[in-house]
Amino acid sequence: MSETKNETTTRTGVRQIEFVKGLESGASGGPIEQRWDTHRFQMKLVNPANRRRYSVIVVGSGLAGGAAAATLGEQGYNVKCFCYQDSPRRAHSIAAQGGINAAKNYRNDGDSIYRLFYDTVKGGDFRARESNVYRLAQVSVNIIDQCVAQGVPFAREYGGYLDNRSFGGAQVSRTFYARGQTGQQLLLGAYQALERQIAAGAVKMFPRNEMLDVVVIDGYARGIITRDMVTGKIERHVADAVVLATGGYGNVFYLSTNAKGCNTTAIWRAHRRGAFFGNPCFTQIHPTCIPVTGDHQSKLTLMSESLRNDGRIWVPKKVGETRDPRQIPENERYYYLEERYPSFGNLVPRDVASRNAKQVCDEGRGVGPGGLGVYLDFSDSIKRLGKAKIVERYGNLFDMYAQITGENPYETPMRIYPAIHYTMGGLWVDYNLMSTIPGLFVAGEANFSDHGANRLGASALMQGLADGYFVLPYTIANFLAGIKPGGVDTNHAAFVEAEAEVNGRVKKFLSINGKRTVDDFHRELGKMMWDECGMARNEAGLKKALQRIPEIREEFWQNVRVPGESNDLNQELEKAGRVADFLELGELMCIDALQRSESCGGHFREESQTADGEALRDDENFSYVSAWEYTGTLSKPELHKEPLAFEYVKPSQRSYK
Amino acid sequence: MKVTLKVWRQKNAKTPGEFKTYPANHVSPDMSFLEMLDVVNQELILKGEEPIAFDHDCREGICGMCSLMINGIAHGKKAVTTCQLHMRSFNDGDTITIEPWRAKPFPILKDLVVDRTSFDRIIQAGGFISASTGSAPDGNSIPVAKPDADKAMDAAACIGCAACVAACPNGSAMLFTAAKVTHLGFLPQGQTERHQRAVNMIAVHDAEGFGNCTNIGECSAVCPKEISLDTISRLNRDIVVAALKGIEPNVETAAAKAS
Repeated sequence: MSETKNETTTRTGVRQIEFVKGLESGASGGPIEQRWDTHRFQMKLVNPANRRRYSVIVVGSGLAGGAAAATLGEQGYNVKCFCYQDSPRRAHSIAAQGGINAAKNYRNDGDSIYRLFYDTVKGGDFRARESNVYRLAQVSVNIIDQCVAQGVPFAREYGGYLDNRSFGGAQVSRTFYARGQTGQQLLLGAYQALERQIAAGAVKMFPRNEMLDVVVIDGYARGIITRDMVTGKIERHVADAVVLATGGYGNVFYLSTNAKGCNTTAIWRAHRRGAFFGNPCFTQIHPTCIPVTGDHQSKLTLMSESLRNDGRIWVPKKVGETRDPRQIPENERYYYLEERYPSFGNLVPRDVASRNAKQVCDEGRGVGPGGLGVYLDFSDSIKRLGKAKIVERYGNLFDMYAQITGENPYETPMRIYPAIHYTMGGLWVDYNLMSTIPGLFVAGEANFSDHGANRLGASALMQGLADGYFVLPYTIANFLAGIKPGGVDTNHAAFVEAEAEVNGRVKKFLSINGKRTVDDFHRELGKMMWDECGMARNEAGLKKALQRIPEIREEFWQNVRVPGESNDLNQELEKAGRVADFLELGELMCIDALQRSESCGGHFREESQTADGEALRDDENFSYVSAWEYTGTLSKPELHKEPLAFEYVKPSQRSYK
Repeated sequence: MKVTLKVWRQKNAKTPGEFKTYPANHVSPDMSFLEMLDVVNQELILKGEEPIAFDHDCREGICGMCSLMINGIAHGKKAVTTCQLHMRSFNDGDTITIEPWRAKPFPILKDLVVDRTSFDRIIQAGGFISASTGSAPDGNSIPVAKPDADKAMDAAACIGCAACVAACPNGSAMLFTAAKVTHLGFLPQGQTERHQRAVNMIAVHDAEGFGNCTNIGECSAVCPKEISLDTISRLNRDIVVAALKGIEPNVETAAAKAS
């Protein structure tokens, strides 16, 4: 993709599809250590005096969007930033607990940029781009420096230096953290940098505004259509480049650890306008969440996986056991992770831990309501270390658990169950983080990202901030340097047309007046996705889902009830638009999961497993990124493949035995 | 269990509001307070009525979006957010009164939803360290004593929910403002702008219409993150030092900009 932009100083009007023949990342060749430096030097710059003539729209104000908007503002561009929350400080990056990785090697324990790169490629089960991952590992060190300078209160040692911990099974201590609120503190750092630019007049902020479409003119992304969520006003915004940093789409499953408002609308609307969707079926399931208690459940709460460092996971050996866990003797307990994976035990990667929990519950050994839970037991650690030590390490998590469940985890084992947590898939982007629509950049969880088929713990925060602080400011400048600023305004026919479409949808929702609520449809879709496109997938189940999802969608458009008015704060109307898009995305996820008949990372196809039940990759046939093009027919997207080459980290079967 | 809700309903900022009563007959003790409202709303929609609008997002106590005055207590209970309040804290047959945050700088947008952008404007006045991307030295070149880092973190835990303002008889946002001043003031990186920050943030705090602090302590009592009143002492000290140094606010308030 990168070579397209050099030849022209005006917008060419060429259909974007001609740009993406072969879907190349556009990364520089040569030794991997030098690729980003080479690329940075080759990219064009915009003279500081000219920057204010260019305008950039940033949708989303989390780690990626907030960091990008603040940095572009600092550099002198005209920035507009949008978020659906009442303040940019509330983006869901705030909920990340554990930490952020960086290859600082402050511990002198063998870490390096190369090792972080290696671990991330391997952890992603060889479905990520080496060049991107290497860059991520490189800039990880700058992120920590930047955040410290902003005043992020990272944990410190007594000497005053930054503390680190080992996280998610990594063999080095490279995770920086701020208690159990690392995401919050990093986000507030980006938020404060953003507010500083808002005060300086460099960024104009639009809170409580939801993007409902992207406007493409002559093949370029030139703006967005938004709805003011207080007045209901539909508005047009024009720019020279658009950044989508709108997070993941885990809420397609209805129940997830995402915030209630997290949605796919921005990236899905862009997909419908020509942006390819990369690896939509790659979703991550977090093993340590609080189990569902009933139909009223509206979201799932994650408990940091650091709990697995000291907690032992088990289920009763006896199927249908009803005794209190404390009454079950040691020899009637099944410590399934310790038995199956003696060297990693309870610290196996997220996907392995999650699948094993599902398996023992499917066997009927699950505990708690509906048999969907396993025990996470701290009694041995409390005996060994004393209660005080456990309070010090996990006090806030234990309190949270007690608050939600009404049970005391110091006395009785916690119950946990896996939940949807992160989506590795997202809009396909090249090395410059530009989608297949020129001028449309995608950052953070919203892009198909650097995590391949499975994301390692403490890597999401790293990627969001890398994209926002240290990648986009260069690659957007390079893009802008190749075009003339302005040239169209919001009276252009494409804006008029896109606004009319958005208005049409709003009117349609309000006119159906059916018998089922938006949530009711969302729940039905979510259950179907969880059952057939969740922790384990198979051909028959996916085909069943592919038949059923279009039926749910059709009924939705006939029978949904959206009360209220369009020119008002109307939360049901907001939800209706999001669920309508989830109903389309869900189908694409199943199509992708069906097409990829191998298992890799979080994508487990039951047909493709080793003799002992581990995910079995098929590198010969599937070593590529699946990039799906919207063709106008939801059930018939066109698959484009970006081949993945592994020059440095040789693909091997992951083993945690 | 069954409870009765007395809920503040208000169409928008310009229309007067009133309490309306709704039965909640299908309540499980395991529900969160917001899930209970979800269930009531589903019933209202199917009955052809408008659901109750309320702010919420992460539902795990960290985003600060949820609010609600519940039986006169911000977030309904000590040291939680409304999303982390569960129905087991109530009794079968209870009547529960639900109101929005009430403070002049927080206009009601609809029902229980208020506009808290005045908090963002306080941060804009100086709630940051001016460190543009790329300008940072190595992270370990700025050692921070552990007790200072811990105290900075205690204050930085603020989620900006505004319960402190809702609980304060003066409608003061001193705890919110002081939490940020304290977070940044405990760190070596925050020293350069420390006193200017304090006077600027207070200037905007006052201009937005928040009241002053008279040491009542309701704010800290309801704070979901248990931010200490000590932060306000620190803020006051920074303001006194600023006065001794002759540092005046140099920030433009929203009112000044508008005029």
